[in-house]
Amino acid sequence: MKVGSFMACHDCDLLHRIPVISEGMTASCRRCGALLAKPKQNSLERTLALAITGLILLVMANSFPFLGFKLHGQVQHTLLLTGIRQFYASGMPWLAVLVLFTTVIAPLAQLLALIYILLPLKFQRRSPGMFYVFRWMLRLQPWSMMEVFMVGILVSMVKLAKMAEILPDVAVFCFMALIFVLAACLASLDPHRVWEHWEKNGCRHQH
Amino acid sequence: MPTSALTAKTASLVSCTACHLLVRKHTGTTDSLGQCPRCGATLHSRKRNSIARTWALILAAFLFYIPANLIPITKITSMGVVKTDTIMSGVIYFIATGLWPLALIIFVASIFVPLLKLLILTFLVISVQRRSNWRPKDRTRLYRLTETIGRWSMVDIFAVTILIALVQLGAIANIEAQKGVVFFAAVVVITMFAAMSFDPRLIWDTKEPEDACEYPA
Repeated sequence: MKVGSFMACHDCDLLHRIPVISEGMTASCRRCGALLAKPKQNSLERTLALAITGLILLVMANSFPFLGFKLHGQVQHTLLLTGIRQFYASGMPWLAVLVLFTTVIAPLAQLLALIYILLPLKFQRRSPGMFYVFRWMLRLQPWSMMEVFMVGILVSMVKLAKMAEILPDVAVFCFMALIFVLAACLASLDPHRVWEHWEKNGCRHQH
Repeated sequence: MPTSALTAKTASLVSCTACHLLVRKHTGTTDSLGQCPRCGATLHSRKRNSIARTWALILAAFLFYIPANLIPITKITSMGVVKTDTIMSGVIYFIATGLWPLALIIFVASIFVPLLKLLILTFLVISVQRRSNWRPKDRTRLYRLTETIGRWSMVDIFAVTILIALVQLGAIANIEAQKGVVFFAAVVVITMFAAMSFDPRLIWDTKEPEDACEYPA
């Protein structure tokens, strides 16, 4: 039996023979319905392009002030990092770490990892340790919480709307764009394609 | 209903949890199956100590859920008046001021979702321990649900982060974070780990012949 053409469902372990499926089609487990494979068009190129866009937006979102708070003529501008520093200052360092990790470090690491892997892969090259990096990139996925953070922004804006004037700044728009870019980037990523690409080209280019 | 379907485990294969490569299991080795030849992840037929780990994390989360809801999460100073808010009093405040949609978001994300997730996981773990045959497909769906919804509970924590960053005008208007946020964050993080440590394949293992479904130690 050639093991390579078979796949076990990650949710119920049922063995499947995976036929060649064309782009736009999906393969689901016939027992529990989990998604097994979903080949996408130009997966590598699209993901790479979106990852680079995302990186630029992420840097912008964290460098520019993102909300202003105007009360009795006083205006207070904040960066995302201000709140994190505030947690740290009020004796909650772990909370500062958690927020920093879920809103900055995890998305940043994911984007950098994708660029690190996909850019050389595009030119049929393999970056050192790419599989280790890719594995960790996939593991980070649940901890990258940009879209949840956006809802948090909305909630706090509504809460403060009665108290003072809230002025959205440049970074908020970067954040909004970033959420869509990140979602599109991960949606166009087809992990199996990356693994397969390595199996096809990897051996040839190794050493 | 399919009877004893062929799974990777019954076929003496191991599916890599990271890259889904099927690897032939060497006979004789029980626990340590080595590393995936393709991606280097440690291979396990089933997640290790899945049931015990999930139970421990569920109980810890239940424990933290209590102070998370009783201890205030924010202290708001407005024109010299100081007011502390718990998660629930925040929801009540939004209802009182007529901001229904917002009240609903906070209630669902911070109170309902963590509790629902813990109850679903408890149910799944018990059903696996009792080797239940009840609707495995729906139970797997419930599991996928807990995986997707958990992260949304962070909304309140992010909202507090922004509030304390924005409102720092001393006696006129000031918002400070209180210890309740720490417990609440602990609940969210622990339940996320609990969902990750549960192995949905255990739900299906009861369908396989007795000798093939020993529990991972």
